[in-house]
Amino acid sequence: MIVAEPKPIKELLEMVQDFNKILVIGCKGCVTVCNVGGLKEVGILASTLKIARKKDGREIEVGEHVLERQCDPEYIDEVKDIIDDYDAVISLACGVGPQFLSERYPSARIFPGVNTKFMGGAVEHGVWSERCAGCGQCVIHYFGGLCPIARCSKSLMNGPCGGSSHGKCEISDDVDCIWDIIVRKMMAQGRLDELVKFRPPKSWTTARDGGPRKMVREELVI
Amino acid sequence: MSEYKAGSNLEKVLKAGHFAFTGECGPPQGANIELLKEKAGHLKGCVDAVNVTDNQTAVVRMSSWAASLVLLQEGLEPNFQMVCRDRNRLAIQSDILGVYTHGIRNMLCLSGDHQKFGDHPESKNVFDIDSMQLINTVKTMRDDGKFLNGKDIDVPPRLFIGAASNPFAEPFDFRVYRLAKKIEAGADFVQTQCIYNMDRFREFMKRAVDMGLHEKCYLLAGVTPMKSVGMARYMAKQVPGMEVPESLIKRLKGAGKGKVAEEGIKFAIEQIHEFEEMEGVAGVHLMAIEWEHRVPEIAERAGVLPRPQV
Repeated sequence: MIVAEPKPIKELLEMVQDFNKILVIGCKGCVTVCNVGGLKEVGILASTLKIARKKDGREIEVGEHVLERQCDPEYIDEVKDIIDDYDAVISLACGVGPQFLSERYPSARIFPGVNTKFMGGAVEHGVWSERCAGCGQCVIHYFGGLCPIARCSKSLMNGPCGGSSHGKCEISDDVDCIWDIIVRKMMAQGRLDELVKFRPPKSWTTARDGGPRKMVREELVI
Repeated sequence: MSEYKAGSNLEKVLKAGHFAFTGECGPPQGANIELLKEKAGHLKGCVDAVNVTDNQTAVVRMSSWAASLVLLQEGLEPNFQMVCRDRNRLAIQSDILGVYTHGIRNMLCLSGDHQKFGDHPESKNVFDIDSMQLINTVKTMRDDGKFLNGKDIDVPPRLFIGAASNPFAEPFDFRVYRLAKKIEAGADFVQTQCIYNMDRFREFMKRAVDMGLHEKCYLLAGVTPMKSVGMARYMAKQVPGMEVPESLIKRLKGAGKGKVAEEGIKFAIEQIHEFEEMEGVAGVHLMAIEWEHRVPEIAERAGVLPRPQV
């Protein structure tokens, strides 16, 4: 899923300081799963905004709404009758949500309420970790089913580098050296011959380097 | 066709069977050409080639190719270092053509320290290709006369290709295979990480020799003399992939006040002597970090002077 974290309340208050009627829109997709933009978080943010502004002596009206998904035009349409009642909108979806809202409602002032972090998952309660860089050409089968593009700090295709230490990456003891894990796994599987095979430079044409991406599947186009 | 791949002094010295002795020079953090010339002056006549570092530890310095050209003008042979952190494949290939055009004949191919360590941690990194692919790129350009896109090069660059190997980084069992992979990718010579744990290095070399790697590539053992106990402790704890045995720290401490640097040099000289005898080691790469002025003394005392003229 897409993992996000809340923006600091101070930053959000500064963003919307000129507005007095705000609509907070959540999303039932990934941000609900990672506890940052679902029904509960929409309610908490609305209350926090109200309390903070009351303290400042500048009370505001905050509306709350949660969409099934913010990455789908049909659900974005759902707020068409209420969005004009507000001066500003804070979207608690990943970076896709506020953009879909901005595109659908050109006159609305849309603000991002979260920082979108990465594609990954929860490795334990309250801890998320990156797994995919969205390079557009998956190659993890060469690496024991693990992705060095997303998980090696240098995206090495022929690792590990000399900075691997006690299973950790040179950038931080908090970061596992994925190449250490790849090497140990593949050696245990008796796949040393694959590990020593030279992996040529990757084509980044399918990644973000190839420009903003768009996918068309003709069989699904109506 | 020349009998040499690139015809650098380093290649000639190694091919003639001499025990190579190379040095290192970090370009200045500024345009201080006088400082660079001063550092180069210390190394002149003491080493076969000088590795010119490329924004080492991700700290901005004079570019390695520019500093390499200054060394060339000063009569030293540079070993132009390039990291993959700061350049994509377009910049990499054009810089290779550029340095060759100006007379550089050795190139060390590295991935590069992550910018998180450096003085511009906010920067974006590149890592379009990795060190293995960089080695292979230089080889492809030289031997096949082709760019990475398969197109012909109008006068291919002929460089003696260097790579790095860290015998001490984990997973230890894989390190010798990674060295083999680098040789397969095109490395002509390899510089190792600074060696302090001699037991582990002997074991690493034994494996390399058993695999016949020393017959396919020149292996230069990395030596960095310890200047102080603090430096030894820092290397042991703070430098990733570096192994400093407690026994060495104890030995340095035991030397007493004012004598630690001398003890560090003594240890380095002992190492050089052992490497001269060690099967598969073709030379020593001396990385006297900000200690270039001590290189003549170390070279003299290690008995590696005068350097061979090939």
